[in-house]
Amino acid sequence: MLKVRVIPTLLWKNVGLVKGISFDSWRRVGTIMPAIKVYNTRDVDELIVVDITATNENREPDYDSVEEFSAECFVPLTVGGGIRALEHIRNLLCVGADKVSINSAAYTNPELVSQAANRFGSQCIVASIDAQRMPDGSYECFSHSGTCPAGREPSAWARELERHGAGEILITSIERDGTMQGYDIELIQRVTESVTIPVIASGGAGNYQHMFDAITKAKPSAVAAASIFHFTEQTPLGAKRFLGERNIPVRNINSVQSYMDVGAMLSER
Amino acid sequence: MIDVVVVDYGMGNLGSVRRSLEECGAKVLVSGDPSDLESASRVILPGVGAFADGMAHLRERGWIEALKRNIREAQIPLLGICLGMQLLADKGYEGGQTEGLGLVPGVVKRFEPGEPTVRIPHVGWNEVHITRPNPLFSGIPDNCDFYFVHSYYFVSEDDGSVVATTPFCGGFASAVMEGSVFGVQFHPEKSSRHGFCLLRNFLKV
Repeated sequence: MLKVRVIPTLLWKNVGLVKGISFDSWRRVGTIMPAIKVYNTRDVDELIVVDITATNENREPDYDSVEEFSAECFVPLTVGGGIRALEHIRNLLCVGADKVSINSAAYTNPELVSQAANRFGSQCIVASIDAQRMPDGSYECFSHSGTCPAGREPSAWARELERHGAGEILITSIERDGTMQGYDIELIQRVTESVTIPVIASGGAGNYQHMFDAITKAKPSAVAAASIFHFTEQTPLGAKRFLGERNIPVRNINSVQSYMDVGAMLSER
Repeated sequence: MIDVVVVDYGMGNLGSVRRSLEECGAKVLVSGDPSDLESASRVILPGVGAFADGMAHLRERGWIEALKRNIREAQIPLLGICLGMQLLADKGYEGGQTEGLGLVPGVVKRFEPGEPTVRIPHVGWNEVHITRPNPLFSGIPDNCDFYFVHSYYFVSEDDGSVVATTPFCGGFASAVMEGSVFGVQFHPEKSSRHGFCLLRNFLKV
């Protein structure tokens, strides 16, 4: 049976590993290499690494850094941030990314998603959507790390990205991001119900129960999380044990490997 | 002597494949030149992307004849990964009907899920059930999870060549073997320690 994935997300700014609240108030939580090493040793299901300043600084992805990350990563690695051209994707795949995540560029150039899917296969194109609930209760997409309203409604936009050939949707709630108050289940459900490709839920996980609630109510194929792993003693393995005990199909919960939690390891550096 | 040539035909997550083979202690050459097969003791055909493009790129770069000759005559072991496994088939239907390498009898079709809860592509970790003992899975327990990411699958025309299956969309062949030719639909290079075990087994066959 296909397992529900628990995916740590690492946001990266210059050389630092950072985490914010609602895409703001960025706080440095360590350096990125040790985090990747720890997650690799702990055999996580997958890793998402996003360079949060590349697009806003109009930079290409930093291939040298990605090559260093992938050299230590033997689980699937999705890389995002700054991707605007087919060549950027080709270069990322060459330096060891397995999938790429496209966000801002898709709004101005949706053809990039189609061309990338045709050339590299849908399975390595993750379309990322950052969305926020508006005062009137509707949802709106934002580009450029949550700074620019994109004039799109997330479930319709997800459907369009699927039509363009995206292989997965990563949906992040901007207002829940970093708050650890739980996923925006309504937002995720709108997206899972609007597409037939896998959806990764992101933004707001603060405990294992939040993951369980999102999985059982909104039916995503994976849950991504960051703060819960940076700032608490909770771990991806702990999450999967919790979920497994509640009959969610997960991978590798009987692993005997036991390590310090990532937060502790990072703070030692 | 090079332990393993990784075929670079412009379609792979080549960085990942090279790194994990090196981690297994192999001397790896990622090559765009088919004549390098002459000095190789093993070859890996990686690949992500579409079947028709994959065959077109192999043809353009002169790999098709070189692969067939080295595998049929010199019998050097070959491991196809993901699209690389699919290209071993006789025929594929992704991007139009296309002739494959014809090294393992079968065709490659798209998943057609019967129920809406089954999402395509098949992305993530799923079990691999070993149906026939074979050197590739030596030391790997039955029903371990490996990492998959694909929308098309290998339909074998000779059950004898299927060595492992995976329970998704009614079940499909996740590993095949025909003489010295092996194919795996999952990504051993991204499947952590069981993946390494499989790659080390391949380096020993």
